[in-house]
This record gives sequence, structure tokens and C-alpha cells, in this order.
Amino acid sequence: MDLKDLYRDVIVDHNRRPRNFGPLPDANCSAEGHNPLCGDRLKLYVKVAGESLENLAFEGSGCAISVASASLMTEALKGHSLADVRDCYEEVHKLLTEHGYVPKRDLGKLAALSGVREFPARVKCASLCWHTLIAALESERQPVSTE
Amino acid sequence: MSAQVIDTSEKSAVAFDVERVRRDFPILAQRVNGRPLAYLDNSASSQQPRAVIDAIGTYYRESHANVHRGVHTLSQRATEGFEGAREKVRRFINARSTREVIFVRGTTEAINLVAQSYGRSNFRRGDEVVLTQLEHHANIVPWQMLAAESGLVLKVVPIDERGMIDVAAYESLLGPRTKLVTFAHVSNALGTVLPIERLIALARARAIPTLVDGAQAIPHMKIDVQALDCDFYAFSGHKMFAPTGIGVLYGREALLEAMPPWQGGGDMILTVSFSGTTYNALPYKFEAGTPSIADAIGLGVAIDYLGKLDWSAVSAYEEGLLAYATRRVGAVPGVRLIGTAERKVSVVSFVMEGVHAHDLGTILDAEGIAVRTGHHCAMPVMEFFKVPATARASLAFYNTREEIDRLAAALGRAREVFA
Repeated sequence: MDLKDLYRDVIVDHNRRPRNFGPLPDANCSAEGHNPLCGDRLKLYVKVAGESLENLAFEGSGCAISVASASLMTEALKGHSLADVRDCYEEVHKLLTEHGYVPKRDLGKLAALSGVREFPARVKCASLCWHTLIAALESERQPVSTE
Repeated sequence: MSAQVIDTSEKSAVAFDVERVRRDFPILAQRVNGRPLAYLDNSASSQQPRAVIDAIGTYYRESHANVHRGVHTLSQRATEGFEGAREKVRRFINARSTREVIFVRGTTEAINLVAQSYGRSNFRRGDEVVLTQLEHHANIVPWQMLAAESGLVLKVVPIDERGMIDVAAYESLLGPRTKLVTFAHVSNALGTVLPIERLIALARARAIPTLVDGAQAIPHMKIDVQALDCDFYAFSGHKMFAPTGIGVLYGREALLEAMPPWQGGGDMILTVSFSGTTYNALPYKFEAGTPSIADAIGLGVAIDYLGKLDWSAVSAYEEGLLAYATRRVGAVPGVRLIGTAERKVSVVSFVMEGVHAHDLGTILDAEGIAVRTGHHCAMPVMEFFKVPATARASLAFYNTREEIDRLAAALGRAREVFA
């Protein structure tokens, strides 16, 4: 068990300086995610234009993994098609949960999350923002919980 | 580290041999992530001495059958073991009679029993239950469920910035509609010892029944339910070095006698017919279904084990260890202690600037150190201190200063991970 595998430089960096952090005034959907066990809370703002995820941002507080994961996600998905966002979600989900999973596409910086799967108690932290994103896209009104 | 702390160490080391005690707990002698295990999560669940673990195996190998049913030898053995454990519990908490000792799954079930049986049959719309802001969710939610159903009103005693309850506020909440008061003996999130003797006396003077959540007190202090003069006292086996799946509700006999059963089934009846059923006597009226026999026997053996320890030495050792842990953890740069009550046992709860509690938990685990991180099932406490979560080191008499040193050193390095 190597902490460096979990807290990779890119994760530490995105925790310290989260990208796309703050409200998004022209968002047309949003959702709240909550991980009651560890107290992670985030709100995700999404602007969808046609079939494209034109912009997204988040705010909230949580552990380094949840904050970095949300920051990386917003950076990775901006401007992508909704179909691509779904595909990316599936890939990240497998990356987080399947031992030795090799992604079918280049996930860029999101690949830094692969260390999380060796820390089963932390998978929820990394996946919270993704579940929240799907909820926002489906315009669910209720907060997402990973419990 | 001050000279004062070292003095305490030397004093208690003479009277209490921690290394010898540690050898009684097989699970402690292992490495986790390449380092010796430092188990500092005893408020969540304690570990079991070999005698308890062996008793469970012996029971299943030699004596298992259902209790209170057969005339055959094994059933008699099982019944003797199970009822023998009840008598051990009775003596352990100084109940008047084994009729006052109800076996349950744990503290949570004990509180639910009181809520569902005593509460449902005694509370009317607009009646009040007084509880504190320190309560574990297990002593909040059962009352909220009842409130939603019956119009019961919950009155909450506030806490201060040290994590102590306001006794004057408590007293002012006791009124003509107060039908029950309930409080933790020791806060699970903060370690605060509540002045329960005073709280019980104030309630008793107004003839209000009292329920004490003793889950966190029972492993650290001698409980005498008659001296306390409470009406109900609930605790769990697994917090006091016994197995999971067994706990106790102590109840004053006159109250239990008047309470209706809360679960129906075997063992809680005398006769059943479709024209009507008569219920069994105490304590069986509240023990429907086959109980956790082996775990009850394990609880009895844990009580035997605790009875062999010199408790004045154990208490002095625990007190010294908590003072040491408070000082060492409190001195780590960036650490803020949460809960600094005058009287505490076992718990050092804290947050670290710039490092979320959940990350601390992972970082400590990588060094073999087990602490709890999160809201500790006490979200109102977290809300009061305006923190989403804390890290909590909780101690038992088998913990050592060396483990505290490792905790402090690992915390000192935690910020480097994010530097």
C-alpha cells in the first residue's frame, strides 16, 4: 500500500487548486452530491447546449480525493458531447472499481484516479462527482448520496 | 512531552502491566500495511481477549443447542451457559434481579425497545422527551420515529464549545409534559463524561423516568445501576471486549413489568392459541426468538476477564494515556482538538487544517494506525462544531504510549502529503 499511488501529484495539485470551482451563473441544470459517511458535499452546475456539455463547475467541501476528482472531471468534460460524457463515466467507473482495468480510451489526467481502486474505502469519494453529474444531467432534484 | 506526563507514566506502569494485557488480545499482535497494528478505534468496537474467543468456539464445539426448550443435555448446557451469563451481567451492573437484565443485540436495539414498548404505551401527543445534542444517532432516531408517529416532542439540551452539556438548560427543559429523559453516559464523538448522577437526580425529583445510553461508558468505568438510580441503562457487548450481536437493556423491574412486549415470537410466550396468547415473565417477555447464545456466553466471559483486572490501576492508566494522547495530538501543528470537556474518557477527536479527516484516516492506515474518521453517527455534534467530519482516536487499556507517539508522528507527516 503506497500512499503515493493514491495521492499522486496531479491529485494533490487539483485538491490544492481546484479548477472550475465556484458557481456557474448560466448553468441550466445542477445537482447536489453528499457522501454522509465522510462528510463530502458538492454542488455541480452544468450548462447543456443541445447535445453538448458546454460548461460545468462545482463547489463544496470534501476530502482530497473527492475535490480532486471533481476538479479533474470538470476539466476533462468541458465541451464534450453528452454521449461522450456517458462513455467517459463508464470508463472512469471501471477504472475505479475493476482491478487492472485498461481503459478503452485515453482518459488523460483522469487516469490518475486509477490508484483509488487499491483503497476500497475511498472509491465513493472519487465517484461522488460522477454520480452527481449524471443526476444533474437527468435533472434529478434530490441530492445524490453514495450511501 | 512534559515531565508531568512522564511521571504519570511511571506511576501507572508499576500498577498496570500493559504488555501483559496486550498478550491476552491475539488480534493486536499483527502487522497492518507492514507496520505493527495500532488499534485506536475502540469507541467504534473493541477487541476480544482470547478467553472470549475461545469460549465461543468451545460453546459451539461442546454445548450448542437451543435454550429454554429441550430436556436433552445439550439444551440444558446451553441454557445454563446463557442464563449464567445473565447472572454475570446482573452482578456486573448490580441489578437487583436477572429479571431486570434483557439480552438484546446491542445498545441500538435496547433504545429501540424502550422507545417502541415504553414510549408507545406511555407517550401521548404533545408529550416531551428530553435528550442532549451529544447523542449518538441511535439515541435520536428511535425518538424521531416515535415523534413522527405519535406527536411526541423532542427537547434538546445544548452543549458548549468544550462539548459539555448545559445542566441548567437541562433542568429548565424538565416540565409537566416531560415523559422521559435520555442521555449518553459518555459521548461517543467527543468522550465527554456527562454528569449523569445529577441529571438522574433532577429527573427523579420530578418522577421522570431516565434512560442512559451507556455504550461508551461501560468499558471504562464501574456501573452500578442501583447507585445511579436510573430506570434504564443500555450497553453493547462489543464495546466492552465481548462479541458483536449481544447487548443489554437494564430496566427497573416495575417499569419492565408494566411494559408490553415489542416483538412477538417464541420464548416470549407462555401459551399461544388463536383465541389469545399469554406472555412470558421477565426477562423473556422481551426476548422473542432464539437469542445470540454464544455471544451472550462470550459477554459473560468478558465480564469475568474484566473482573480479574485491577480497576483502580486500569483507570489510572487510561487517564494517563488520554492525557498523554491529548497533549501529543494537540501539539501537532495544524491540529484542533474537538471536545475539551473537563471530564473525558478514551477519546481524542480532532481536525487538521488543510487535511480532510478522511484523508487522515487513509494516511494513518498506511502506517498501521486505525482511527475512525467521519461524523461518528453524531451529526448534530459535527454541526455544532461546524466541521463536516473529525478524526477520532479512541483508547482502550491495551493501548500504549508508543502507539500514541506513532499517531502523533504520522499526523506530523500528514501535511507533507499535501505540501
